[in-house]
Amino acid sequence: MTTNSSTSSLVDNGGDGARPGSYYGNGIPYLPIDGYPGKIIAVEGTDGVGRSTQISLLREWLEVQGYGVIETGWTRSELMKPTIELAKASNTLNKLTFVLLYATDFADRLEKEIIPALKAGFIVLSDRYIFTALARAGVRGVDRTWVRSLYGFAIAPHQVFYLKIDEKTLIRRVLQSRGMDYWESGMDMKLGDDIYESFRAYQRSLLREYASMADEFGFRVLDARRKVDVIQDELRRQIGAFLAEAENSAVKTEESHV
Amino acid sequence: MLNNLTTPHEYPGKLFVVEGIDGSGKTTQLALLAKWLSAAGHPVFVTEWNSSALVKAATKAGKKKNALTPMTFSLLHATDFADRLLYNVIPPLKAGMIVLADRYAYTAFARDAARGVDRHWVRELYSFAVRPDMAVYFRVPIEVSTDRLLARRVKLKFYEAGLDMGWSSNAVESFRMFQGKVLDEYDRLVDEFDLSVVNATGSITDQQRTFRKLVAQHLEIEDDDEQLDEQPG
Repeated sequence: MTTNSSTSSLVDNGGDGARPGSYYGNGIPYLPIDGYPGKIIAVEGTDGVGRSTQISLLREWLEVQGYGVIETGWTRSELMKPTIELAKASNTLNKLTFVLLYATDFADRLEKEIIPALKAGFIVLSDRYIFTALARAGVRGVDRTWVRSLYGFAIAPHQVFYLKIDEKTLIRRVLQSRGMDYWESGMDMKLGDDIYESFRAYQRSLLREYASMADEFGFRVLDARRKVDVIQDELRRQIGAFLAEAENSAVKTEESHV
Repeated sequence: MLNNLTTPHEYPGKLFVVEGIDGSGKTTQLALLAKWLSAAGHPVFVTEWNSSALVKAATKAGKKKNALTPMTFSLLHATDFADRLLYNVIPPLKAGMIVLADRYAYTAFARDAARGVDRHWVRELYSFAVRPDMAVYFRVPIEVSTDRLLARRVKLKFYEAGLDMGWSSNAVESFRMFQGKVLDEYDRLVDEFDLSVVNATGSITDQQRTFRKLVAQHLEIEDDDEQLDEQPG
């Protein structure tokens, strides 16, 4: 059930990809994380696929079963949130600083929220993970190897669910929910004067980026055009199976030590 | 992988970098060099470590609360560096100016590694940097730099003294321990990145003479006469 999540390789380090729960690259040398009992479950996808709805339903379901859960989300770090908002508002970001500010935000949350939670045995539900950053950098033409090496300090999630929709649905949902914003329309990329065309071209290339990562990182792809409860059932089935298996092997290891 | 930092740049300008721990006197030396170059008619542009407006708010907030980890400290400085590289370093180089950088990527390599960040990772992180025409490392023993800083009654700052590492609660003691590790890292960098070493315990004037000689090797107009050849355009 969980085989495809172990094939991801973020950094070309001789072909052996990162195991779930370990660093993709050399990681953070002063923070060894081996053997931490917590799990990271990431829900990825573009705007308008219903990630946060699914995550709050999952949280409820997991907590009822007795699991400790924390949520983490993109650009929510205390350190970086004001700076990122300010930088976005003043349009002074270029593609490199754009990538680096997001990476700083991620590092802050990784060290202060995610790693302590893993240590304490929580399930970390991550609303977007590094793949959003990789997709946005990819669309902007930032060197792929460089970005992957940059995120070598990230921890490979135990499961990554990719909520996938098609271009047409995506565009309608974004327009319906919050309209086009400067960055999410890719206006910094100067794709053209026509805002709608720029927006469409940007979303299309984002979808292409996500699609190209599906194999690389072992995404579990779910059709996000279905009803909320249908998607939720599928998520619960896969997460439930994974957690049951993880508990079984934990019990076995304990028994073998006794 | 990008390899800009190890490949010579093709801009018409020149990039000279000074490196060294706090109290090595590199900033004084750079200012004197800038005077000399300007007096000789060179258009000079100076850029300082950690000075971009973009990340100032985050760095300041993080430092005030002592909330930076070695990783976020490293990444924020890299963001600052990227911002300055694209706005303050590359354009003047394209315009054929002389860019003088007070600290460069090597500062990050030395400090971040001293804080326990992965050496290879930091090097990859900065692989988008432009390779300097010359990087001069002002090498000074800890005792000398500490004496200089204390004589100036400089209050040792939290991160500069490495107090975030929790090795000692005494600022001077912590500074010695942390900067000692930074020095070890600089020593690795000398060969790896071909830094020119200047003994920073000598007199200011002697050091400046050595520094000017080193820089002159990279400028075609070593002696004053040739400057008078005005070229059209």
